[in-house]
Amino acid sequence: MTHLLAVDIGWGWTLAIKTVVVLGLIPLGALILGYTFLLKMMSHMQSRLGPMDPGGFHGWFQLVGDGMKFLQKEDIMPEQADRRVFALAPAVVVISTFLIFVVVPTGPRLVVKDLDVGVFYALAVSSLSIIGVLMAGWASANKFALLGALRAAAQLIAYELPLLLAVVGVVVQAGTMNLNGIVTAQQGGAIFGWDGLGNPYILTQFVGFALFLVAAQAELTQTPFDMPVAESELVSGYMVEYTGFRFLFFFIGEFGTAFAFAALAATLFLGGWALPGVHGGTADLLGPLVLFVKLMAVAFLIFWVRFTYPRLREDQLQAMAWKYLIPIALANILVTGLFKVWL
Amino acid sequence: MTAVDPSAGDGGKKKSARRLPGQGLVEGLGVTLRTMFEGAVTVQYPHEKEEPPTRARGVIALKEENCTVCMLCARSCPDWCIYIEGHKEARPPRRAGGRERSVSVLDRFDIDFALCMYCGICVEVCPFDALFWSPEFEYSEGSIAKLLHDKRKLGDWMEVVPESEPLEVGAEIKAK
Amino acid sequence: MSTTDRPVATRPSAVVPEIEVDPGAFRHLADAQMNVELDTGDMVLNLGPQHPATHGTLRLVVRLDGERVLAADPVIGYMHRGYEKLTEYRPYPQIITLINRIDWLSSFANEVPFVHAAERLMGIEAPPRAVYIRTILTELSRIATFLLFLGEMGLQVGAMTPAFFGFRDREHVLNVIEGATGGRFHPNFNRVGGLKDDLPWGWIAECRRTMDIVFKSCDDFEDLLMGNEIFEARTRSIGIIPADVGTSYGVSGSNIRASGVDWDLRRDGDPYLAYRDVDFKVWTHPDGDSYARYWVRLQETRESARMVLQLLDAIPAGPIMAKVPRVIKVPEGECWVETENPLGQMGYYLVSKGSTGPFRTKIRSASFSNVSILPWLLQGVYIPDIITILASLYFILGDIDR
Repeated sequence: MTHLLAVDIGWGWTLAIKTVVVLGLIPLGALILGYTFLLKMMSHMQSRLGPMDPGGFHGWFQLVGDGMKFLQKEDIMPEQADRRVFALAPAVVVISTFLIFVVVPTGPRLVVKDLDVGVFYALAVSSLSIIGVLMAGWASANKFALLGALRAAAQLIAYELPLLLAVVGVVVQAGTMNLNGIVTAQQGGAIFGWDGLGNPYILTQFVGFALFLVAAQAELTQTPFDMPVAESELVSGYMVEYTGFRFLFFFIGEFGTAFAFAALAATLFLGGWALPGVHGGTADLLGPLVLFVKLMAVAFLIFWVRFTYPRLREDQLQAMAWKYLIPIALANILVTGLFKVWL
Repeated sequence: MTAVDPSAGDGGKKKSARRLPGQGLVEGLGVTLRTMFEGAVTVQYPHEKEEPPTRARGVIALKEENCTVCMLCARSCPDWCIYIEGHKEARPPRRAGGRERSVSVLDRFDIDFALCMYCGICVEVCPFDALFWSPEFEYSEGSIAKLLHDKRKLGDWMEVVPESEPLEVGAEIKAK
Repeated sequence: MSTTDRPVATRPSAVVPEIEVDPGAFRHLADAQMNVELDTGDMVLNLGPQHPATHGTLRLVVRLDGERVLAADPVIGYMHRGYEKLTEYRPYPQIITLINRIDWLSSFANEVPFVHAAERLMGIEAPPRAVYIRTILTELSRIATFLLFLGEMGLQVGAMTPAFFGFRDREHVLNVIEGATGGRFHPNFNRVGGLKDDLPWGWIAECRRTMDIVFKSCDDFEDLLMGNEIFEARTRSIGIIPADVGTSYGVSGSNIRASGVDWDLRRDGDPYLAYRDVDFKVWTHPDGDSYARYWVRLQETRESARMVLQLLDAIPAGPIMAKVPRVIKVPEGECWVETENPLGQMGYYLVSKGSTGPFRTKIRSASFSNVSILPWLLQGVYIPDIITILASLYFILGDIDR
């Protein structure tokens, strides 16, 4: 993308702009998701208002103020902690989130790197956070943090498979792993011959969509799969020794990953940046807005489930992944393959 | 271990015995979604305020002219948070040739609201109706010492003592 | 010193369940004792006095083998306030104020057995209007505390939303109690011989409106939690209390009714308050697990609301205070009164020597016995199940420690 609005700007500037956008997008996305869903939607589902005073208008400044508060806190590290690993662990978790956004397209030409194996890369890179979780648990020099981290790692690894298998159906139907290719396949497709809406894969891959959402919920360690983090019944899981700025990293990582997964789901199942009939330059302008609306809808579903359900016990959670979700995902791939070959 | 609830029924909602798998999950989502649109019940204090009921035990007010320094309230307080001091003064006789009367005058009447349990025994036990309840509750202070309300402040609280309200149907005693 | 005519409560018509107790079951109590400093083997986890999952300052020392509990030892006493000693030095009106705070979530119900004991020794009876209003307020405090339970059990199991619903709907009940008594949490409304005041104008209508809110709230809890498959997965077959073990440990109230024992002091014990005039059903559940305890309390909340509506229709007119002297002096005697409190069976054994205050009061609180089953109950469960079981037993620390 060395042409910005028909102006040739060279690869250096391109790289700089892309870096700034990706780096700024994650905290901004985390902020928007956190405010809208955690502070406001959750509050209204609980018959209350949430923050109203900070910033004057319905408390929009609350999270920004929280971030500033975290930044000025003392940096505490346990005495027996492994210093370097302890410091790097939150960074690893957040870096994996940043890396997902390298392939998510917001327009036909607005993508940091249009990889041909986009889907493969995105899912591979999202599982890097498991390493960060294990590093955090190990380096905390705390029996219970380690246990929480092991439990979290087991859960995250178990739910990688349904996440992956759910997406395979989409790849089979689109015929490509390139995310922009998937979006254009949905935009150009037709439902039983009528192409007014394109062919968003949620209609045919509804099983895959449901599986993806459930697996994403587990990847984000959100209720009903938040046993690793809500060990705050007993101790606080793998994040227990983290305070201040480092905890802020974990928090941004959690909501940033939610943002990323919602963006992926919107791209794979809802058509991403595409609106039917909108191509070229207009699509570049409207694309980010359309993607934003779609990903907020997916995030609504994710957080709606989070605030309604109790949590599953760790063994029930594992049983659900291995005994139910994976067979269903495999069946979905089989049916999609059959349809693709014979229709 | 059966997973079926007793057949006597729920006593409330009508529930069919057979439920679809996942029906409970969907109903739960419905409840939260409906609550989201029903509006919040928050009263944004201090911008908005709620009125407590008339009988709410907020603060105690003293009507000094009724007090005869009998000390019944101070004696019956479970926390001993009422401090009373008084002295006797002589008054002229009512009619010419009569005995001189002596009247108790209140010197000090403090209630320490940091100790007060808000039980109301003092108000109830006073034979001369010198103490009254008021639903006023916004008297927090920055220092605990200021929670000791003296005679003058307790007299000021008389302004917020509400009129006694009528009683429910069937009550025999008259409201005081 | 002894008294000739001691009005002691008897139970001629009650049906006490026949139970066979295996003495070996109590071995677990001895096994559970742990000295935390000397223990070097399996992992010892201390759910310390300050903990979000134990309702107050309960300390639970748990020995773990990986995920499973080998032994659990509850350590109580962090909130001991010396109630029984306090009652030795106070006159009766002050004691009524203080005992509000034993079980602070259903405070009105704590006053009732004590006031009954004093009235029985004095030989006076509260007028019928006072008895009816006492019954209504007791059932209202039962609804208030159960609404809190329905919400916070969801919170312990992981759903954060029901807790807010519980508090939101409880506010209406507390406002109704405040309208009559002046206090939301500590009504301090009973007096020996009747009640302090009569009801204010419009209270009965307000109470009826609140019962509608309670019914709707129970329906919401049923949809949100009780029918939820995840909640069922977390609570079914968790913490099963067999009926015989439960009764031998003294578990009472909804906990034992959830194990199938059909025992409710409102119906089966000595007649007290206006329960003989009310048509109500005692709910039991055969399973005895955490789900059953939740189910029973939900039904009891609805049943209490129905009872309140019946009573509101039938309040007799009349005085609310019997003729009592200004200074209450209870004649010599001993008396035992037990009632069905929201947490279980609460009883007061009142010994009086004829003065303005009791000589000795023994308070039998429900949660003390309910918690005593924990060493037996927590064996072999997973760590998350400890939380579920603690939540489902529903004890209040003030009730355990007094």
